[in-house]
Amino acid sequence: MSQYQENATITRYERLSQDNIRLTLQADSIAAAAKPGQFVMIRTSTAKDPLLRRPFSIHQTSTNGRIQILFKILGRGTELLAHAQEGEQLPVFGPLGHGFDIRTDRPACIVGGGMGIAPMLFLAKRISRLKSNVASDFILFGGRTRTEVEPLSDDFRQFGMRFYEATDDGSYGEKGFVTQLIQRLKPPKGSVVYACGPESMLEQLNIYCQVKGLECQVSVESVMACGMGACLGCNIPAKDGGYVHVCYEGPVFNAEELAWK
Amino acid sequence: MEIVRERDPFPDLRVNIGTLRLQNPVLTASGTFGYAREFANLLNLHRLGGVIVKGISLEPRHGNPPPRIVETACGMLNAIGLENVGVDRFIQEKIPYLRGLQVPAIVNILGDSVEEYQEVTERLASIEGVAAIEVNISCPNVKKGGVAFGANPDMAAAVTHAVKENCDVPVIVKLSPNVSDISEIAAAVEDAGADGVSLINTLIGMAINLEKRKPELANVIGGLSGPAIKPVALRMVYQVARRVSIPVIGIGGIDNSRDALEFIVAGATAVQVGTANFINPRVSEEIAEGIGEYVKTEKLPSIRDLIGCLEVD
Ligand SMILES: Cc1cc2nc3c(=O)[nH]c(=O)nc-3n(C[C@H](O)[C@H](O)[C@H](O)COP(=O)(O)OP(=O)(O)OC[C@H]3O[C@@H](n4cnc5c(N)ncnc54)[C@H](O)[C@@H]3O)c2cc1C
Ligand SMILES: Cc1cc2nc3c(=O)[nH]c(=O)nc-3n(C[C@H](O)[C@H](O)[C@H](O)COP(=O)(O)O)c2cc1C
Ligand code: FES
Repeated sequence: MSQYQENATITRYERLSQDNIRLTLQADSIAAAAKPGQFVMIRTSTAKDPLLRRPFSIHQTSTNGRIQILFKILGRGTELLAHAQEGEQLPVFGPLGHGFDIRTDRPACIVGGGMGIAPMLFLAKRISRLKSNVASDFILFGGRTRTEVEPLSDDFRQFGMRFYEATDDGSYGEKGFVTQLIQRLKPPKGSVVYACGPESMLEQLNIYCQVKGLECQVSVESVMACGMGACLGCNIPAKDGGYVHVCYEGPVFNAEELAWK
Repeated sequence: MEIVRERDPFPDLRVNIGTLRLQNPVLTASGTFGYAREFANLLNLHRLGGVIVKGISLEPRHGNPPPRIVETACGMLNAIGLENVGVDRFIQEKIPYLRGLQVPAIVNILGDSVEEYQEVTERLASIEGVAAIEVNISCPNVKKGGVAFGANPDMAAAVTHAVKENCDVPVIVKLSPNVSDISEIAAAVEDAGADGVSLINTLIGMAINLEKRKPELANVIGGLSGPAIKPVALRMVYQVARRVSIPVIGIGGIDNSRDALEFIVAGATAVQVGTANFINPRVSEEIAEGIGEYVKTEKLPSIRDLIGCLEVD
């Protein structure tokens, strides 16, 4: 498990909507080592404030040594990152954590809610490469509104998986939540659900998968200081009453390992 | 023509803490460097003065519920709650790696009672690979109503004594800054036999989420670290170094070699790098390099000539 600290040049800046941004970074070592579901830590300022790096899922990698991140402006760090420009360098550290455990012998059902869609492009791409037939695989993408979902649609269509979209307000795709989509579409028996998104969504998916007897891998978030197992600041409750650490035992967990509210 | 011999290109950065010999004054602070192995691929551990590992207690501890950390202005608060694998697993699982390092591994210990400190020390005492023990006395003494050992000179001395009596390796006592006179505590642990003191541990603070009207940390309060605490740490190192004659190790907000050198000028024999490891995992090696450059450009015979050389009119 090798990790690298690189000064990555921003090769492309895309503002997908008012507050959603996608950056392409030249980070050869990270790109070569990355697996779907892993993340990077990025310093958003070289000053002492904001001090800590911010975690972002690897959105996709390319064979020419590039990685992408997709992020939403939430607070100071992401605001600063949104002001970055093509040609600038950013200190990027990764790839970090344990990614998805891809089951090539089983149908996949990829579920992304909001920014939780970020790691799913990399995952879908990898699954479509590893499997000869993806006709019974699903991608379900839900967001609050059109601007969150539409700019990414085309990227997900390219894999030949069955792709469905939903928005909370019905402004794009179907109206409703992805959890409703999955109930209606009923992924085939033996499917593995790979999910990332808000906690409430993951919680409902976990219940659905338990009822249907499906394996459910979830990518979760926590606050992080180091991203690499040094600070022990990223714990979340585990089913056994103890804790797991998101940065090095996750961010992808089997939903059954975690304590849900 | 006479051949002018160049000065040794390797600056003399060696310092001693009691019988502990360090090739340079840069150590990694407990709780910010895991058990060192996590950093093995990210920097050359052998270029450091030594490593200090996560605090170890007698039994494993789960630590506090999340959230345990929050960023604050130029710093962060943590309430990890001293999560660790316990001394037995530490010896089994972590020591073999640490023993293989060519730099000293210092083990940080903690406890709820004088007896616990003593017992952890006993278990570590005979273990090869433990170069020194650093005693975290910022922990609450459960038998004395939860007052931190480090807040009271007698309790601090009692812990120091218990550790010192039960091992042969150098003992460094890590002082809490959450006291009215830190030099008094330093003097007390010196009298009790400490080979050195390290300071500061984190400053107790808190952060509030106004929208939720809730504390940011599940534990409500936590320890402040990072650049925000550097001026406080520097002041305390200066005061303690003037009071005691054992070596002082400076800690607090160090994130480059200039910061480290300021601590040395204030009276520190060595320094520890903490929170900065989270932002740049190579930083401690870079700081050691930077100190070497400084000694060379300033043409100092050794880094030891800089210790406590602060000029106060
Ligand atoms: C493993 C992992 C992967 C992630 N991947 C992505 C990604 O691909 N794209 C993306 O946009 N974001 C991602 N995040 C979340 C991202 O790290 C945070 O949005 C970012 O750190 C916020 O930084 P900030 O300085 O802008 O906000 P801050 O100023 O730190 O916080 C602003 C507000 O956002 C809230 N906030 C902070 N962090 C989070 C969080 N993790 N989740 C929810 N709310 C938060 C704060 O409570 C606060 O109210 C990921 C987080 C983790 C742990
Ligand atoms: C996340 C975290 C965990 C820590 N854990 C310990 C610990 O287990 N034992 C200890 O003596 N100090 C611990 N500390 C304190 C540091 O070793 C150091 O004294 C303090 O952070 C100040 O230095 P800094 O500003 O360089 O971080 C911890 C600090 C942080 C940030
Ligand atoms: S973020 Fe530091 S251990 Fe996970």
